[in-house]
Amino acid sequence: MSFDAVAQQPKLLYLLQGVAAFAAVVSLILLALHRGPVRRRAAALILLAPALLLLTIGLLLPGLRTLALSFTGTGGDTWVGLDNYGWMITDHRALVALRNTLVWVVLVPAASTAVGLLYAAAVARSRFRTFALSLVLMPMAISFVGAGVVWKFVYAYRPAEAGQIGLLNRLVVVFGGEPRQWLVESPWNVLFLIVAMVWTQAGFAAVLLTAAIRAVPPELTEAALLDGASPGQVLRRITLPSIRPTLLVVLLAQAIGTFKAFDIVRTMTGGQFDTGVLAHAMYDQAFRYGETGRGAALAVLLFLLVTPFVAHQLRARRRAG
Amino acid sequence: MNGVRERLASRAFTAVAVGIAVLWTTPTLGLLISSFRPEEEIKTTGWWTVLGTPQLTLDNYGEVLSGGGNGSGRLAEHFVNSVVITVPSVLFPLVLAFFAAYALAWIDFRGRDALVVAIFALQVVPLQMALVPLLKLFSQGWLFLPALHLTGPARFGQVWFAHTVLALPFAVFLLHNVLAGLPRDVIDAARVDGASHGTLLLRIMLPLARPALAGFAVIQFVWVWNDLLVALTLSGGTAETAPMTVRLASLAGTYGNEWQRLTAGAFVAAFVPLLVLFSLRKHFARGLLAGSVKG
Repeated sequence: MSFDAVAQQPKLLYLLQGVAAFAAVVSLILLALHRGPVRRRAAALILLAPALLLLTIGLLLPGLRTLALSFTGTGGDTWVGLDNYGWMITDHRALVALRNTLVWVVLVPAASTAVGLLYAAAVARSRFRTFALSLVLMPMAISFVGAGVVWKFVYAYRPAEAGQIGLLNRLVVVFGGEPRQWLVESPWNVLFLIVAMVWTQAGFAAVLLTAAIRAVPPELTEAALLDGASPGQVLRRITLPSIRPTLLVVLLAQAIGTFKAFDIVRTMTGGQFDTGVLAHAMYDQAFRYGETGRGAALAVLLFLLVTPFVAHQLRARRRAG
Repeated sequence: MNGVRERLASRAFTAVAVGIAVLWTTPTLGLLISSFRPEEEIKTTGWWTVLGTPQLTLDNYGEVLSGGGNGSGRLAEHFVNSVVITVPSVLFPLVLAFFAAYALAWIDFRGRDALVVAIFALQVVPLQMALVPLLKLFSQGWLFLPALHLTGPARFGQVWFAHTVLALPFAVFLLHNVLAGLPRDVIDAARVDGASHGTLLLRIMLPLARPALAGFAVIQFVWVWNDLLVALTLSGGTAETAPMTVRLASLAGTYGNEWQRLTAGAFVAAFVPLLVLFSLRKHFARGLLAGSVKG
């Protein structure tokens, strides 16, 4: 046994200090607001100052600095103009990452929303709704890293003469096929990573769409059923049009999340065998190879790609209410 | 006629749902069963044969939590790190966003609308845009900010900072929507009675916004607990400060075929979020419904 409880004490002490310091700041803010009549502008400033300070130092300035870094070389101090962007559109790995990201962003939202919709349509009015939704939400709690491990195990490979321990190869062998190294053979390995991502996302779609379906007045669907429409027709003609705004929100949210997908690729293949995506390539360049300029350029590209989706999302959310 | 067809079709729906549920739980079930099987069994036979060789053990969990070897997970230590990282990373943005959202929703001041738009707009900045400069900020300083050279447990501070900042735009957006939607006459009545901003915040806003705050807290908890990228870049990667996700990811890379550790490790890491999901399901679902744009 190598767990050293004593070695944990400084960490817990640091946690206590951190929380205590934060509590002190919060108390000061509340105290300042309590002391007599505070002018509106002063009150707003006191309440907003911590958030604005953090956002400026931690997000706004770093974002701008990344933009600047994308025009610099390896160490971040020589100006190289558009070289990093030129590298991006000529380097094999960067191009593969871009291609894969586009495939991911089309397939993941489409597949996970389709699965989530079918599931939601079936369980929305069921007594077991809560339990049923928990089942498909589980992958979300397990984390992307955990999901990577789960699916790596499903795809595990043993030579044909050995017994298979991976479920997929076992099924292939049962049906008379040859076991394969699913994560190695390009380009299909990209699809096997996407399956893992869809697995983590469908629960989210199911929860949002279930809520939307339940908000559709039941009289509407019941009347259609009485008029002789099949449940499939009701779903297509009545439910789908009514939940359109939510459907859009779900698709956009999945797309935004997919652009930033990193953990699954890193856990399952490390980006090898032509499975890289932008977010992963960005990490590799910036933190593994020390190519800050290239990493920054990839981050900027990611930002440019994701921005229209987020802008659209903010508008769509307002419509969906 | 119609009744029959309708029943068949709704049965088809149920069948599809059951199929999806089975497909979605089987991979996890396989991993869970495997985590209790002895190493030689996991590596030579499939988990579906467990009924034929019903040998179960807790050795994998002992080994992955606190085994002595190099490849052991030492996840017990990393578990402590995950806790130390997650608690402030939920608490800080929750409180600060609540304050900011109140000011933006209920205090009239010049430039307010522009500020609301600016903070909401920051949601477009992906985490990747901030990572390199954040790391440089802590290690080299920048402009008027000194280099901090944080070592040991102080590295937790870097991770708290990053998670707090990254959560703020979304949290302010979410809580602003909720607070701005509260009935004006309730707030006006309290103001007429001479309530200060502090009283309004704690006595009126806090109880009314509690469901939204709980929803955000649960989602942020699961997000931070499961985060890999921020931890990988800012936590330092050692057993002293790295959370479980970092350790599990490195086990999956370096000891990728040591399934006895990976299977047990995945469940040790997922245990707390699964507990949260099943015990706070309502808040979890509410948090998901409330918003879906995140760093």
